[in-house]
Amino acid sequence: MSGILSFLSSFPTLLHSAIIFGTVIMFGSLGEILTEKSGHLNLGVPGIMYLGGIAGLAGTFMYENVYCANAGITPNAVLCVIICLVCTFLAAALGGLIYAFLTISLRTNQNVTGLTLTIFGSGVGNFFGGSLNKLAGGVGQVNVKVTSETFRAYSSGLVTKLDALTGKVQLGTLLFSYGFLTYVAIVFAILLWYFLTKTRTGLCLRAVGENTATADAAGINVTKYKYLATCVGAGISGLGGTYYVMNYIRGTWENQGTIEALGWLAVALVIFATWKPIRSIWGAYLFGVLYWAYNYIPGLQRSSIELFKMLPYVVTLLILIIVSLRRKPEDQPPASLGLAYFREER
Amino acid sequence: MNEPLIRISKRDGISKPKAWGIRGLALLFSLILSAVVIFAIVKLNPLKVYVSMALGAFGTGKRIWITLRDTMILTCIAVGLAPAFKMRFWNIGAEGQMLVGGIATAFFMIKFAGKMPAFLLFLCMIVTALLFGGIWGLIPGFFKAKWNANETLFTLMMNYIAIQLTSFCVSKWENPIGSNTVGIINPSTKIGWIGDFLNSDNPVHYNNDFLWTILIVVLLAALMYCYLRYTKHGYEISVVGDSENTARYAGIRVNRVYIRTMALSGALCGFAGFLAVSAVSHTISTSTANGRGFTAIIVAWLAKMNPFVMILISVLLTFLDKGAIQIASDFGLNEYASEIISGIVLFFILGSEFFINYKVKLRGHKEG
Amino acid sequence: MDIENAIELRNITKRFGPVVANDNISLQLHKGEILSLLGENGSGKTTLMNMLGGIYFPDEGSILVNGEPVSIKSPKDSFHYGIGMIHQHFKLVDVFTAAENIVLGLEGEKGKLDKASIRKAVREIADRYGFEIDPDQKVYEMSVSQKQTVEIVKVLYRGANILILDEPTAVLTPQETDKLFAVMRNMKKDGKAIIIITHKLHEVLAVSDRVAVLRKGQYIGDVPTAEATQQSLTDMMVGRSVSLNIDRPVNPEQNDRIVVNHLTVKNKEGVKMLDDVSFTARSGEILGVAGIAGSGQRELLEAIAGMQRLEPGSEIRYISPEGEQTVLNGMDPLDIIHKGVLLSFVPEDRFGMGLVGSMSIVENIKLRTYRRGKGPLTDRKYPTDLANRIVSDLEVVTPDVNRTPLRRLSGGNVQKVLVGREISCNPSVLMTAYAVRGLDINTSYTIYNLLTDQKMKGVSVIYVGEDLDVLLELCDRILVLCGGQVSSIVDARNTTKEEIGLMMTQVRREGADHE
Repeated sequence: MSGILSFLSSFPTLLHSAIIFGTVIMFGSLGEILTEKSGHLNLGVPGIMYLGGIAGLAGTFMYENVYCANAGITPNAVLCVIICLVCTFLAAALGGLIYAFLTISLRTNQNVTGLTLTIFGSGVGNFFGGSLNKLAGGVGQVNVKVTSETFRAYSSGLVTKLDALTGKVQLGTLLFSYGFLTYVAIVFAILLWYFLTKTRTGLCLRAVGENTATADAAGINVTKYKYLATCVGAGISGLGGTYYVMNYIRGTWENQGTIEALGWLAVALVIFATWKPIRSIWGAYLFGVLYWAYNYIPGLQRSSIELFKMLPYVVTLLILIIVSLRRKPEDQPPASLGLAYFREER
Repeated sequence: MNEPLIRISKRDGISKPKAWGIRGLALLFSLILSAVVIFAIVKLNPLKVYVSMALGAFGTGKRIWITLRDTMILTCIAVGLAPAFKMRFWNIGAEGQMLVGGIATAFFMIKFAGKMPAFLLFLCMIVTALLFGGIWGLIPGFFKAKWNANETLFTLMMNYIAIQLTSFCVSKWENPIGSNTVGIINPSTKIGWIGDFLNSDNPVHYNNDFLWTILIVVLLAALMYCYLRYTKHGYEISVVGDSENTARYAGIRVNRVYIRTMALSGALCGFAGFLAVSAVSHTISTSTANGRGFTAIIVAWLAKMNPFVMILISVLLTFLDKGAIQIASDFGLNEYASEIISGIVLFFILGSEFFINYKVKLRGHKEG
Repeated sequence: MDIENAIELRNITKRFGPVVANDNISLQLHKGEILSLLGENGSGKTTLMNMLGGIYFPDEGSILVNGEPVSIKSPKDSFHYGIGMIHQHFKLVDVFTAAENIVLGLEGEKGKLDKASIRKAVREIADRYGFEIDPDQKVYEMSVSQKQTVEIVKVLYRGANILILDEPTAVLTPQETDKLFAVMRNMKKDGKAIIIITHKLHEVLAVSDRVAVLRKGQYIGDVPTAEATQQSLTDMMVGRSVSLNIDRPVNPEQNDRIVVNHLTVKNKEGVKMLDDVSFTARSGEILGVAGIAGSGQRELLEAIAGMQRLEPGSEIRYISPEGEQTVLNGMDPLDIIHKGVLLSFVPEDRFGMGLVGSMSIVENIKLRTYRRGKGPLTDRKYPTDLANRIVSDLEVVTPDVNRTPLRRLSGGNVQKVLVGREISCNPSVLMTAYAVRGLDINTSYTIYNLLTDQKMKGVSVIYVGEDLDVLLELCDRILVLCGGQVSSIVDARNTTKEEIGLMMTQVRREGADHE
């Protein structure tokens, strides 16, 4: 009984860490949803997140720790963020472009190409991550302080005030104590939802993923849509990597393979959300809660903790089974997912 | 008349030497590009780097053995994947199937060391590894057969459940307590070490584990080659992979083939887990599979499900891996360079398949 | 003489390899008329229309739209000229609503998807022509006729003035057909020109102003509907009986082999594809099955082969040469093999069902023989020998038997391998669907002779065909299917082509069960 009570009382803190955790995979999954809607299953999400993360880190490192440090000036916080985001998006989209060229133009197998991209991306990420650490003076030494702090900045005045008002619930911390990218993720999800369901371009994109031949016959430039969806999707997924680097591990680099694990969780989230961006918002936070729950349940052994961490995947698997059982067309993967399209084959 | 700039059409089949020529060319290009990348990043002479890689993989007898052993583990997983892929069933779950096989193996090594005769212990280790891996493969096979659940996504999720299961077991069996690792199992008695069991008082070569791994996997590859080519099951797998309707027409029960083949595929991946634990690392951890379950997918696919070609591709990838570790220590780089080079090489080989399957005609050129 | 042509085709010829699908065809479609394009299966109607739809490009001849010569290279071009083609296989996205499908891919309309205005526009079209359509309904929830409505509204929404409907009534109920015709008349009143492809005579008479008839790729002629009768149209469509001189000996020994009672089969959508079909196939005879495409031929053969789910009340009984009876209901093909029932089946879709295109001849022979022998290994010698025998007996042209994928052989050679394999199983029942489709004359005769040989050996042969001349000369009896029902079973020796043609288009309503 007291266990349950203490769990409940710590729920706001749990939710807080869950939201930070969830935002990483939300970016990953939003990008992947966009890509999969064009009929391309990109298993390179972990690799793309690595590419995004390392590019963002490297870009700001060059500015903050090399350029500014050498010139003896204080880094401009806004410039830090812009450099970081641009580098992230470009590197991740470039990863997406490799995948797109191979699978769309050269019609290679999507699964195999995606997995190769994951190997490549994690190689690039960890290679340069290691090099940056070395440049900075040793393992774990790289630290882009200004950038990371800017990414994590929030209005402490507002949070304190609201916390004082709401007491134990700590609404201020719960709602407003995150860096701006946390909210950008939500905005992206809503925008993506709007784009997919309310715009003509979104309709065309979905048609490409559902029934490529029909879309082609309707005069839609299938190749263009696929390329754009894959590259932009990869760019968005890449932001997940940067969010991880800047907000989660605060402007450093580690090579324990966490980004890869989170990348796969992002793929899982796509299934969990049944390819719906709005669902991936709360799905991401739910995954975060499931992932961190063990911290807040007293008396757990380490072995049970490991079982707890299994939950997001088990839940996703259940969703996958239920979705196949119910056969509701709206919840199914895009019908052409994974299939190469060659017009003259029809 | 406005002819498109590039016209692509399906090739009507290409001679084998030509196809291998294209692949060889792709490999060459990829190595050149990798060299350029290496030079651009670290300003080292790429040739020196490649020599250093070759030395790293094959420089000493011991290195050759290690390279061969790791090649064989990778091949073993790819061999396990072959029947599933032949059936066009996307088993992305080798990583997990391998881990549960490893768990089963480690369980017997830890809990029954000295409590059973060695023969029985090995029997238990192998059978449970096969069984666990088989179950891990059978589950997605069943759901695919029954309700057409997407197997790519299903097997992918199963991997992570297996990884957490491994973490769970590691924390249960950790040794010493608090280390969060299992440590080398039976380091002094070597109970459950395959090389020790099969060749206990004849210490030839560096490690009998290595030799046995190689022999067993080559045998497995040969068996799988025969299974796919010469057996009734193998034939059924090919037909189901090509057309479910034709399979039904010929009286093949498609669902049964799905489930049976996935159980086999999972079991063999589980066996790779057995090898990884009993013959290579003598411990279990979440990195027992270490991404090889994914790499093997690429190996199996590029080999077009031919087990002998898988050995070749595995050698190439393992060479890149070992070589990169060597250049890391020689030139003070870090070993992740291997993943970058592997990625580039694989991208090129994957892309080259396009030129084998399709003809490309530029505007203004007559079709040749 | 001042009739304006919406479309004029001049001397159109289209070949597929050695086959001439359209031979020097000239045809006009007037503005504001409904033209029926009539012809048997394989007469070249769809090929001709596909050249207007931008699917094929003519080898010779020219196309004029509204008097202007045009070049239609893609569906997009076709659309540009105001031609809207409604194919038999709908091109719709299942998870989209009707409205979403209708506006999909329209150029020049970017930005927000204004559902309200689309709905309004769709309503307007629906009201003008009398469609019943719910713009917000998802396609996967729709019946076939609703899907067709969406397709038609789609082309109208895009401003098509010329509509081509490819066998639109094949999938409709009589009530739905009436509705469609009402809509078509409204469109005509609105000045649209319409071509309807069909082979149902009463529909031709009911809806069109003029009828153009094709036969075996050639243009036979056209008549105003007012001057046509079912009989005169049938004569034009099937032509004079051509003597083919197919040898038809009689096998005096005939026993019941397959007895089918009250067979009913539904498709995925729950539509009855076979409706209370009863007949008996005898040993020592060739039972022909005639009918327009999609009348249930495929389902009939697949039901006997154990590949269809039968509705309650259906019964398929097999009587072996020894007189042993086996009920095949609920058995799958493997059960049937295990029961020792020697059933051979040459399906319609060769590479989709009967053969594996990526495999060699030997590997394809194995589809029937791989179970031979006790052990886990497949026997290679027997199928190799058999392959060599089939290749030499049937004169299959192939580089080898064990390397070249079957897909690379020509259609005739592929068919020889398939028929040869099925006959080599020493069947007691041999079912063939369109066994000579796409084959040249010589190969066709080879196949006819093989089937007759089987008949004389006491095999019960079921021959689904489309060429009435062949059916009449090859078969002993002919079962005529119409809309999934048995229209009639007749003696092929004293029936005329015209009679069969009529039976194919109208079910005998009077009698429920025959003999």
